[in-house]
Amino acid sequence: MPSVTVRDLSLNYGAVSVLKNLNLDIEEGEFLVLLGPSGCGKSTLLNCIAGLLDASDGQIFIKGRNVTWEEPKDRGIGMVFQSYALYPQMSVRRNLSFGLKNAGVPKAEIERRIERTAEILQIQSLLDRKPSQLSGGQRQRVAIGRALVRDVDVFLFDEPLSNLDAKLRAELRVEIKRLHQKLANTMIYVTHDQIEAMTLADRIAVMRSGMIQQLDRPQEIYRRPVNRYVADFIGSPGMNFLDGEIVARDEGYHFTAGDIDIPLQRYGFESARPGPAAFGIRPEHISIDSGEGWPFTAKVAVEIVDPMGSDTLIWTTLGKQPLTIRVPSDRAPNAGDSITIGFDPMNASLFDAASGDRI
Amino acid sequence: MADIALHQTEAIAGPRGPKPRAAFSRRNIFIYGTLIVVSVYYLLPLYVMVVTSLKGMPEIRLGNVFSPPVEITFEPWVKAWAQACTGLNCDGLSRGFWNSVRITIPSVILSIAIASVNGYALANWRFKGADVFFTILIVGAFIPYQVMIYPIVIILREIGLYGSLAGLVIVHTIFGMPILTLLFRNYFAALPEELFKAARVDGAGFWAIYLRIMLPMSLPIFVVAMILQVTGIWNDFLFGVVYTRPDTYPMTVQLNNIVNSVQGVKEYNVNMAATLITGLVPLVIYFVSGKLFVRGIAAGAVKG
Amino acid sequence: MARPSQLFRNLNAKVASIPMILTALVVFVGGTIWTIVYSFTNSRLLPRLNFVGLDQYERLWSTPRWIISIENLLIYGSLSLIFSMVIGFLLAALLDQKIRFEDTFRTIFLYPFALSFIVTGLVWQWLLNPDFGLQGIVRSWGWESFAFDPLYNQDIVIYGILIAGLWQGTGLVMCLMLAGLRGIDEDVWKAARVDGIPMWKTYVFIVIPMMRPVFVTALVIVASGIVRVYDLVVAQTGGGPGIASEVPAKYVINMMFEAQNLGQGFAASTMMLVTIAIILVPWAYLEFGGRNRRG
Repeated sequence: MPSVTVRDLSLNYGAVSVLKNLNLDIEEGEFLVLLGPSGCGKSTLLNCIAGLLDASDGQIFIKGRNVTWEEPKDRGIGMVFQSYALYPQMSVRRNLSFGLKNAGVPKAEIERRIERTAEILQIQSLLDRKPSQLSGGQRQRVAIGRALVRDVDVFLFDEPLSNLDAKLRAELRVEIKRLHQKLANTMIYVTHDQIEAMTLADRIAVMRSGMIQQLDRPQEIYRRPVNRYVADFIGSPGMNFLDGEIVARDEGYHFTAGDIDIPLQRYGFESARPGPAAFGIRPEHISIDSGEGWPFTAKVAVEIVDPMGSDTLIWTTLGKQPLTIRVPSDRAPNAGDSITIGFDPMNASLFDAASGDRI
Repeated sequence: MADIALHQTEAIAGPRGPKPRAAFSRRNIFIYGTLIVVSVYYLLPLYVMVVTSLKGMPEIRLGNVFSPPVEITFEPWVKAWAQACTGLNCDGLSRGFWNSVRITIPSVILSIAIASVNGYALANWRFKGADVFFTILIVGAFIPYQVMIYPIVIILREIGLYGSLAGLVIVHTIFGMPILTLLFRNYFAALPEELFKAARVDGAGFWAIYLRIMLPMSLPIFVVAMILQVTGIWNDFLFGVVYTRPDTYPMTVQLNNIVNSVQGVKEYNVNMAATLITGLVPLVIYFVSGKLFVRGIAAGAVKG
Repeated sequence: MARPSQLFRNLNAKVASIPMILTALVVFVGGTIWTIVYSFTNSRLLPRLNFVGLDQYERLWSTPRWIISIENLLIYGSLSLIFSMVIGFLLAALLDQKIRFEDTFRTIFLYPFALSFIVTGLVWQWLLNPDFGLQGIVRSWGWESFAFDPLYNQDIVIYGILIAGLWQGTGLVMCLMLAGLRGIDEDVWKAARVDGIPMWKTYVFIVIPMMRPVFVTALVIVASGIVRVYDLVVAQTGGGPGIASEVPAKYVINMMFEAQNLGQGFAASTMMLVTIAIILVPWAYLEFGGRNRRG
């Protein structure tokens, strides 16, 4: 039985449709990330699952129970917010215990849960402080603790790391991952940060204008994006796109754009057809080894070299269209060099020019 | 789009869609009920003013302040405007109205002009000691007017403006200064500093920057300041009664004299018409300006 | 190269600040000191520097009219503070429930604030008229013994003024409170709902403590307005019946401009200043002293 099920969920504000007939099954113990740009409906979906927003249509099940009309507190969820949303006038200990007291949990049990939570999150020494005396990272730890003490099956995270600086974000990201491994609860995590999504998720749901574009394991989404939107959104630096045409020849299909001609024999088509298309290839899938063996090679001029530390980004032009290549820094050429590039269309993605769907 | 859900084919019964909420839930009845009862308390005086001012005296003596007029008459309005007596003058509120206009317009212009330039100087051209004077100004806003009233009488008498409209304009400018200066200073300080720096690099001076850059960008705050000042000065009574003579009394003072005069028979309908006429100017400003008025009082509130 | 004189740096800004400097020094500081100094003299029609020590203050505190003024101020002040805070907050909380017609209700609650105290006082004088106003209406409904004539009853006249004062000023408090409520992070409400905390507890234990600055601001505004109450009394009761509804601000003006007893007026106004200081100094300490401590 899935841990959380969303069935035909829609949400409209007047004529504006924020969520469109959404369906989603989340397995017990799964870490699901809802990923998308702001305004795509990912936070709205999370708020609907939490019961903080009323859906216009559809149902939500948690642990097989229909909770569509239940109050948030009765749904068996804990939630962590971007702004931490700690109760500022209460000590950390009271922040953790306030909800439990209201639910009538016995005192000894509250103590026990706070002890356990504080130990898991390493916040024992902070229990008697006020939120204003804590750093951002500590506050978010306490906010996670407030969800933890509720002893629930499902945790909801609403962009919990967005208010932290880069270093803390990386630290807490690892901590959340460790927490998930330890507790094995179902977690639903909203973010616009693809790195968070890639590193944390068992599965990622990429969203756009109230619909899920693709729901799959991170590697699948990275390697086989279902449409140009997903391909473009995932990956940094972004995927290269060459606009051109698929043509059928005797020996098979080819992709042409200007004087470029890429043989597609090794490409795994979903449904091969000639016509206008975009050829997408990630910067790290292009080699600058002049060695033989690539199904496609070309000579290009290096225009700009961007060292980024371990990797270096090379900006160049292929058939009048811009192309970026990612190479290990120790093998980077210089600007103005002429190099031979090669890649295997097996690693590429082809999208229909009109619909953007994967071909 | 790809349909990625793992559909279970059997239909699942149970709650679906939005949680049904009764339009007349106990919560709604409580909320709207309370709001409506309180609204009645707030609207009642306005209603009674209007109703009373449209009745004739015989009808008023018969009884109910709340009952709508049986016979609508505008005579009380005419009388209040043109004939009501204060002391020996019997030319109605119109004299006070025009006095108030003559007081309000120059006071508003002068106080806003001075405070905006001053706020701009404080925000962008900080000079040594400016903060000290500004702090005194803000603290001074809390001093009861009664403490400063007599010294100002002496100052105005010395410069020969005691009892004149010009004197009252100066008084309004002085007492409007703390809140207005604060308002403008905070507004200008919140504008991006790069604008100011860029203009200085281009060689613009104090007045050029104020006129060409700050003014055009600050229209809303000028409107807020105007609303604040027009209502405040129009509604003033204390300064009017202390610093002017009977023939230059502003409207509020004259209204009070008309209504609370001990001579003659009380004409409640004329009194209410006069009261309404006096309240009309700020009320119109309030209803027309709406959100800006709220912004103005919120800004005024920050000052304390 | 010689440095330009310190005095002429930012000359234009200094010129622009002359009105402020004059106001601050001459009127606010100078005027206040002048009044305090002359409160120790026996000035009558004209101010004269004939010092009599604390005579004016002794006379002030033995004058029944001043004592009544102070009593009235205390009753009116404390009740007006409590009611305007409580009602203002409750109205703001009700308006914050995502209701329909919010703008209409807010407009209704705030419009009296646009009216002057004179208009307010005169309207309520009429509404509380024992023959034609509220009392007359209730009696005409058949409750013959009903009595509510605050403006003609020495014992309760101050409550009649309170009703009018609250009518005029509560909208402002509501507006401030509403702005404060809107400033509360939406996520805190959500977190409280997930925690299952009932709405009233969320208000009492979480939201109101978070709104402390708003409450303090509202308190200071209402309190300094109360000390200034003058026009409302003049218009609504003229201080009567008798001297039952006198207030300090009115006492000062009467002494200065009618009784030709300037020294008394100065002493009374100095006492008003002291009252304000008692309200403001702790506030300023909490507000600004506290901020420094927090860094």
